[in-house]
Amino acid sequence: MHWWLPLKGSTFAGDIDGLFLAILIITGIAFVVVEVGLIWFVIKYRQRPGRKAFYTHGNTRAEVIWTTIPAVTMVALGLISNHYWVRIKGRNSVPANAYPIAIHAKQFEWQVTYPGADGQLGTPDDFTVRNQLHVPVGRPVVVHLSSEDVIHSFFVPVFRVKQDAVPGMDIKAWFQATVPGQYELGCAELCGMGHYRMRAQVFVHTPEEYDAWMKQAAQEAKQ
Amino acid sequence: MRRAMLAVVCGVFVMASARERPAEPQGGATIAGKIKFMGAKPANPRIDMSEEPKCKAKYQAPPTEETVVVNPNGTLGNVFVYVKSGLPESYKAPAPAGAVTLDQDGCRYHPHVLGILVGQPLEIKNSDGILHNIKAKGTKNRPFNISQPTTMTSTRTFTAPEVMVPLECNVHGWMHAWLGVLPHPFYAVSGTDGGYSIKGLPPGTYTIETWQEKYGTQTASVTVAGSETKTQDFTVAGK
Amino acid sequence: MTSVAATTRVPHAHHDDRSFLRKYIFSTDHKIIGIQFLFVSLFFLLLGGVLAMQMRWQLGFPGKPMPGGGLLPESMAAGGVILPEYYVQLVSMHGTFMVFFAIMPLLVGVYANFLIPLKIGAHDMAFPRINMASFWAAFAAGLLMFASLFVPEGGIRSGWTNYAPLSARPDLSGVTIGQLLWCVSIVVLGLSSVMGSVNYITTIINHRAPGMTWFRMPLSVWALFITAILAVLALPVLQGAAILLLFDQTIGTHFFDPAAGGQALLWQHLFWFFGHPEVYILILPAMGMVSDIVANGSRKPIFGYHSMVFAIIAIAFLGWLVWGHHMFMSGMNPTLGSSFMVSTLVIAVPSAVKVFNWMGTMWRGNLRFHVPMLNATAFVAMFVIGGLSGIYMAATPVDMFIHDTYFIVAHLHYVLFGGSLFALFAAIPYWFPKMFGRMMSERWGKVHFWLTFVFYNLTFFPMHILGNAGHMRRIYDPTQYDFLKPYQPMNEFISIAAFLLFATQLIFFVNFWYSLFKGEKAPQNPWEDNGLEWSLPSPAPHGNWERVPTVYRGPYEFSSPEVSDRDYLPQHEKRPTDREPASTTAPSH
Repeated sequence: MHWWLPLKGSTFAGDIDGLFLAILIITGIAFVVVEVGLIWFVIKYRQRPGRKAFYTHGNTRAEVIWTTIPAVTMVALGLISNHYWVRIKGRNSVPANAYPIAIHAKQFEWQVTYPGADGQLGTPDDFTVRNQLHVPVGRPVVVHLSSEDVIHSFFVPVFRVKQDAVPGMDIKAWFQATVPGQYELGCAELCGMGHYRMRAQVFVHTPEEYDAWMKQAAQEAKQ
Repeated sequence: MRRAMLAVVCGVFVMASARERPAEPQGGATIAGKIKFMGAKPANPRIDMSEEPKCKAKYQAPPTEETVVVNPNGTLGNVFVYVKSGLPESYKAPAPAGAVTLDQDGCRYHPHVLGILVGQPLEIKNSDGILHNIKAKGTKNRPFNISQPTTMTSTRTFTAPEVMVPLECNVHGWMHAWLGVLPHPFYAVSGTDGGYSIKGLPPGTYTIETWQEKYGTQTASVTVAGSETKTQDFTVAGK
Repeated sequence: MTSVAATTRVPHAHHDDRSFLRKYIFSTDHKIIGIQFLFVSLFFLLLGGVLAMQMRWQLGFPGKPMPGGGLLPESMAAGGVILPEYYVQLVSMHGTFMVFFAIMPLLVGVYANFLIPLKIGAHDMAFPRINMASFWAAFAAGLLMFASLFVPEGGIRSGWTNYAPLSARPDLSGVTIGQLLWCVSIVVLGLSSVMGSVNYITTIINHRAPGMTWFRMPLSVWALFITAILAVLALPVLQGAAILLLFDQTIGTHFFDPAAGGQALLWQHLFWFFGHPEVYILILPAMGMVSDIVANGSRKPIFGYHSMVFAIIAIAFLGWLVWGHHMFMSGMNPTLGSSFMVSTLVIAVPSAVKVFNWMGTMWRGNLRFHVPMLNATAFVAMFVIGGLSGIYMAATPVDMFIHDTYFIVAHLHYVLFGGSLFALFAAIPYWFPKMFGRMMSERWGKVHFWLTFVFYNLTFFPMHILGNAGHMRRIYDPTQYDFLKPYQPMNEFISIAAFLLFATQLIFFVNFWYSLFKGEKAPQNPWEDNGLEWSLPSPAPHGNWERVPTVYRGPYEFSSPEVSDRDYLPQHEKRPTDREPASTTAPSH
């Protein structure tokens, strides 16, 4: 059993995991300071006969220090996080040459529409497969998310990508896979009694494998 | 002694087969026939069950959808045939003997088209042992949606006549079945020879309707009396 | 013999000829109302726990028949095995009961009602009859919500957050009557909150005893005051959302149905605009009471009293600006995501300030670890973990991964259980003597504390790790996913820890009920505290004081150099060097 985050399977997985680690260090320091401090105080200042507490109402300098340090840390964290946020989810973040795949979420399946040989969605050579997401490695992919009925959420842990699919909205989410293999996609927004079974297999192929799969799948879809 | 044993065996056989259909009316007339199919046999799309290995493993060749089932002899199976009108006002259906079974096996409904009496229990069986849900999208009958995460049987009844109540599984989107709920037992589903047979009818003039999930309905008027058998064929034109 | 004060007119002070019904059932006495909230809310706390135990059974042992599962109807548990539709109902109703009918009424309904008049020196609330109505409205709301478990199809199945369109479409959720009951119950509960808030705010502004200036009020009262303002502004938003949802299901409107021109995200904005202030409603009173108890246990004034007040106000104010952090992945404009991230990170600062001030209070104190102090210290230790875990979610790129996973479940339970509930385990025994005239067992309180502390951490800390793995929330059977199968032993471990945690709470309940009747008789001021309530007998009588006390100092004068024979100095005690307050505040009724 893995104690840490899953395999880094996309270009921004490294960024997200790095940010996670940075926060772990910051919160870890705060955690140790507070918890060790508490344990120390609990032992050192416990009631003993003849002891008297130190009568004070506070210390302004201490207040300033322990307000400023967290504030500065939080602002810095915000600036760094926003940098990555804009890169991953910003309005203009989708790479220009991203390969389009349409995913229509429905209770309780993912209908994945591929653009076919011409690489464009909305043309006659598009074909739809249920619950299988095939993507080429090393190429940005943009998923056009839509929903048939209720809110679902497109979540591929190894890509670190998550985006809600909302009825009435067409939402784009992009990622670039880096490691060939077979992974899983799960629905991450409670969507009814079958929510727990709304999963898909994700296949990251080398470019050659991908072309071969595309040809075969298009053929089968025609039948 | 041998005759008695034969009678017992036959009796058991009759009782066993009667379990799946309402009590066959005794006596009466019969309307029977064939549903012929005209035109090129349409190809039913293949079902890719890769996402459910337990079901995929049950098939040698990949299964196809059952939208249009054309038999080798050019007839249509899975056509629901029933008496739409013509029964006398005073007619009261006998109480159903037993339940109707709908099985989920290999991620498919068996049977694909079926009939049931109002008030008769429908036993929905999950032989696959994996999660199925059964969503009944009736308009005259209260819709329901029940899940069966494992091998189990759930029972439901229907309160109003409705042709047809669609049934579907949302976990396996290719799974569909059609249920005809009737206030009387005069219905049949055409089989692998394209034939249907409705027995035990009181004398009268009946409107017989056929229903096919893609090609819709057709009606014909048939008059019967006594215990005669009248033939009424239907021809469905493929598109 | 005190001279007859021209300022006060006290009804009921000399004889109490109310009937049993008027005294204990339809009472306008704030203390009885607080106790009524206590009994009813403890029931719902237990119910919420029972629902959670069933969830943990299914998660730890998926597909296995649950002990006692045979009692459930076949449509919920076939052969004792919990069905998915029942599981999502358990998830939804656990959250609903815990948030709306356990924690909120335990913190606000009980302690705002019980403590405010006592701690500011008033005979009762400004509007005692409205106060009584607020309890009975909450009770009615609770009955409606409880009833939803027993109607056909049962209670809601879309999470306590009840997102539309799932909640608005019975054909998709499978719930009809239960959803309507939820909506009506919430509207009625909102009414109860608003009526309560009106009382708390008015009483604190207008009915403070002479000398009880704003900055001499205990932090528990400050916290309850600010919480009341949050409630009166936030609950109506939820009521509005619930009414829109009700209309969508009954009279054919389409507020949340995109196919007919509605907006799915509208529900989320309305819900979380209420929902975020709501979570501050669930923590601020806890923080306030913990401040009182930590000062008492440390025998030291609260460190940085003014900072603490401003921190409460800052948290409450900022709390209105962060609701979108629940919606980072919802499809709302990413630029909004940036702004909500900033406000969310900023709100961590006043919370951090409070933690440091509690530590400052304990520093160089003379620490007494009575049961309330044990639980209050644990509050600080656990709330810190909950608060720190929130920072991960505030950073939007990280939230992309951990949103709707068990990391969130860990966070919310650290702040609500590790925070609010530990604060309640401190507050209940602390004010029990003033409520009932008896003490809860100190020994069993300690046993309960240690066992709870251990099992609680064993239950909820591992959920952070599950979240790291990408384990989604609200899923009936994690073993359906290959990537989660290796974590099944951890799910089992958590479930067993949860069962032990629940069993331990029986110690608390038995201690509570037994002490009501057989607890050691309580002295007037068992904790040697400074608050005005400890100037009254235990239990406090109807009408509280014949004549309200005068206040000469702040609430945390422990170990004051003014007195050498003891380490506390009550607010109402007049020392030779004290002067009468310049002007009396408006006389109480």
